[in-house]
Order: sequence, then structure tokens, then C-alpha cells
Amino acid sequence: MKKTILIVDDDMDYLFQMKLKVEQFGFDTITADGQKEAEMIIESVKPDLAILDLMMESDDSGFILAYRIKRKYPDVPIIIATAVTAETGMSFDTTSDESQQWIKADLFLDKGIRADQLQREINKLLKI
Amino acid sequence: MAEYKVLVVDDEAGIRMGTRRILQNFKVDYPFMDEHIEFVILEAGTGEDAIEIIDRDMPDIILLDNKLPGIQGIEVLEYVKKKLYDIVVVMITSYASLELAVKATRDGAYDFIPKPFTPQELRSSLENITKQLFLKRMTQKMNKEGKQIRFQFLSVLSHELKAPLNAIEGYLKIMDERQFGDNIHAYQEMINRSLDRITGMRSLIMDLLDLTKIESGSPVQNFQPTDITAIARLSLDTMRPYAIQKDVDIYLNTKESVIMEADSKEIEIILNNLISNAVKYNKQGGRVDIFIKQEKGNIKITVIDSGIGMTDEEKSRLFQDFVRIKNQKTRNITGSGLGLSILKKIVEMYHGEIEVQSVPDQGTTFTITLPQDKQ
Ligand SMILES: Nc1ncnc2c1ncn2[C@@H]1O[C@H](COP(=O)(O)OP(=O)(O)OP(=O)(O)O)[C@@H](O)[C@H]1O
Repeated sequence: MKKTILIVDDDMDYLFQMKLKVEQFGFDTITADGQKEAEMIIESVKPDLAILDLMMESDDSGFILAYRIKRKYPDVPIIIATAVTAETGMSFDTTSDESQQWIKADLFLDKGIRADQLQREINKLLKI
Repeated sequence: MAEYKVLVVDDEAGIRMGTRRILQNFKVDYPFMDEHIEFVILEAGTGEDAIEIIDRDMPDIILLDNKLPGIQGIEVLEYVKKKLYDIVVVMITSYASLELAVKATRDGAYDFIPKPFTPQELRSSLENITKQLFLKRMTQKMNKEGKQIRFQFLSVLSHELKAPLNAIEGYLKIMDERQFGDNIHAYQEMINRSLDRITGMRSLIMDLLDLTKIESGSPVQNFQPTDITAIARLSLDTMRPYAIQKDVDIYLNTKESVIMEADSKEIEIILNNLISNAVKYNKQGGRVDIFIKQEKGNIKITVIDSGIGMTDEEKSRLFQDFVRIKNQKTRNITGSGLGLSILKKIVEMYHGEIEVQSVPDQGTTFTITLPQDKQ
């Protein structure tokens, strides 16, 4: 069965383009254009993986959403796709136990990532 | 050579020692800096000691552990924030919860370093912070000297300019690879979206031009007796094609001339912004009403719309640079989020006031009051 990936972003063009890429990798997708809509979706659907934008309704929407998803479905891997790292110099590390306790994301990706790299990272997280 | 004071707050003496060693011979260079920066280490074993040292020695950077014997790190952070000290705080900690992390970010924590950290992690984080701090201080200094360089603004701006470029680039790549076949019609929606994003970008650039006109030191203001009603009429005419497409009616309810000493270009910016927002954030079949009045030595410009309105929380963020309200209702509307912050700057130049009343789903009223004789 095809795996389902939840994509959340408030830039409708980015959302469309990401959906297209992910479908080309052979996955099903569900999309939401913000934290609120995504929260509604996860009430009834459990995705196999989620790709979230960081800044949506508020600057930390992505973190909060990640937290909610992990609380409901601890085993769903989460990617936070962001354009902020380069611009703010904010550095996140998601591999240490300490940061995993509070940043509930498995991976941070730059929004400009190439399609083949993205596919590799998704497959790795889905263990395929 | 310059020196930044780094206060290390940790209850483990070993960590404080280690940090001191790691930073002992560490220097940061930056292309913008003529000099390099070195670090002087201060130590505190408790939050209480830290506060004493902060008040006395005013460090530039604090590396702050959250788990402390007495008061917690987050309370030290709150103290720094309350005192409005110009100190960069980096939390070095294992986080118990997302709530704490979010709170720390809100309270101004600049970065987080997970514990245990490697010497390299500490150095590269400190290097970023030092550069950031240096830029910030340089900006403050330049602002004091009247130079209008705003790094903060520029970095947000670059983000705002990059987002549409990325979107358009993405669509062009899809077309380039003929992902939906050779028929151009299959790509129509992508072409439309690209054009929309270009429109958005153009309006951003136009707004930026307005903004630089206002901010470039001495604005060349050209004061003349100006008929506000005539400008409103002009602005309404420019907006009409857009209003027709959106199925919104605009009414200028004042017929007589209302004259004040003003720069007509600036009044035009005010009216264009208010009317275009009133149309843009309206509903199908909605209306916009404009009133120009003269009362008690003031000119009042009122623009009433029957549009989507906004909540009090949204209202409070309205006049900040680049702020766009993001919700279901606004998601297909393009804009730069600069219009109202420009308007506010102009109104301030006239020592005027802006009042906003809004009810979600019913509409918004903007009232601008400009004193007729300004000093
Ligand atoms: N009349 C209005 N009704 C409802 N919301 C409004 C109204 N005017 C402004 N807003 C909200 O305030 C935000 C900021 O407005 P502003 O004019 O600064 O930027 P913009 O419309 O996004 O861009 P532009 O500068 O290109 O007009 C808008 O994104 C919109 O959500």
C-alpha cells in the first residue's frame, strides 16, 4: 500500500509544488495550509510522515504542530522545512536526545532542497 | 581588538572550567569588522549570582543553563528581558518541554545549545552570536548617526522577495521538464500563479520605493493647499477596475472640496492604501464608503468597508513592517504587508492619528485624523 505524507505550508505555491514532488516519489499526499487545518486533519487521519513549514499563523506554528502530532502519533516521522536557518543564523540540532525532547522533529530541511535529496531523506525516515 | 564579556552560568564547576578553556584562545573575525573579537569569561554557579554579575559587569553574552540550584535559568532570562539589557542569551540545557523552549524564545533567548556540547558546537554558536551582536550594535550606532541601515528589515525583506522567486522558479522548472506534457494549457494555473506572485512582488517594490522616500533623511515635502476630496476621487478611479473585478462598489460620499496644506503625493499614498485594502479585503458584492470631513481644525478621512474584518489580536499587529494577517480568508490575496506601516509613518509626520474599528466578517473602518495646522 502507498504511504501517505501530510504536507503543511501556508504558501499555496510551495504546497502545490511539494505535493507534486512527493507524489512523483510514489506517495499519497494530504495537504493543509496552516496549523489549524492540519490539527483538524490529524484528528481523523494518521499519516506515515509529515512535512511542516515552520512559520505559518505564528512564528512557531511548525514546532507546535510537530509537538501535537508526536503526542498523538509518537511513531510518525516529522520533517520541518524552513527558510529561516540561513536567514537568522538560528541553528537547530535534532539528533541529540536533549533537543529531541523539546523539538519534536526528526529532521530540519532547507526549503530549497533538491528533489532527489528530499526523496532520499523521506525514504530514510520511512525506512524504505 | 575588541572584547566581549561572556558570562557562563552553570552549577557544575567542571562545565564552567571547560567553557573557559574552549574559549580561551578563540577569536572571531568578520569581513565587516576591521578588528577581531576575543572573549573574557565570567562565571556564576547560581542564578542569583548571575543576576548580581549582570548588574555589575554587564556581560555581552550569557551562556545559561536552565537547571540551577536556586532560581531557574528561564528566570534569569526574564530578568534580562525585564531590564531591557542589551545582552544575547543562549540557553544551554536539556529541555523538559516545548512550552519552555517556546517561552524562552519569546523571552528573547537567541539560540539553544544542547548539552553536552562539543567544543566545536560551542565555538560555532558563539561565532554566530558575536557576528549578530556586532551587526546589531553597528546598526544601532548608525541609526544614532542618522544612517538608515536596517539589517533586520533587510533580512525580512530578502525573505519576502525570495518566497515569490522560489515559487516562480518551481513552476518554471515543472514547465521546463514538461511534467504535464507538451500542451501549454495544462500549465495555465501555474502561469496564473506565477503572474500573481510577480504582481505581489511588484507591489512590494512599489511600497519599498514609497518607504525609502519617507525614510531617506529629509523627505522633500511639497506643501501646498491640497484638495483631499479630489485626491480621493483620483484614487477611487485608479482602483475602480480592480473593484469591478472583485464585485465591490466604492462610494465617495463627500462632494465638496476639503482643503488642507499638505503634500499631495503623501495624501495619495494614504488614500490609495486605505481604499485598496478596503477593496482587497472585501467580500463579493461588498461596498466601500469614503468620507472626507473638516471638523475642529482637523481633517478626517474615513474609509468604511463591508469586508472580512479582523480580530483584536490581528488588529494589534496591523501596522508593523511586513505584517500580513494569515488566515483562510486572506490566503489568496497578495500584498507586501508594508502598506499600513507606510501609512502610519506618513500620518505620524503630520502629527495625525489613526483609528481602526473592525468586526470579523462584518467590516472595518479606518479613520485618519490630520491636524490642519501642523507643528
Ligand atoms: N480593510 C481591511 N480589512 C481587513 N483586513 C485588512 C484591511 N486592511 C488591512 N488588513 C489586514 O492588514 C494586513 C496589512 O495590511 P497592509 O496594507 O500593510 O499590507 P498588504 O495589504 O498585505 O500589502 P500592500 O502593502 O501591498 O497593500 C493585511 O495583510 C490584511 O490582512
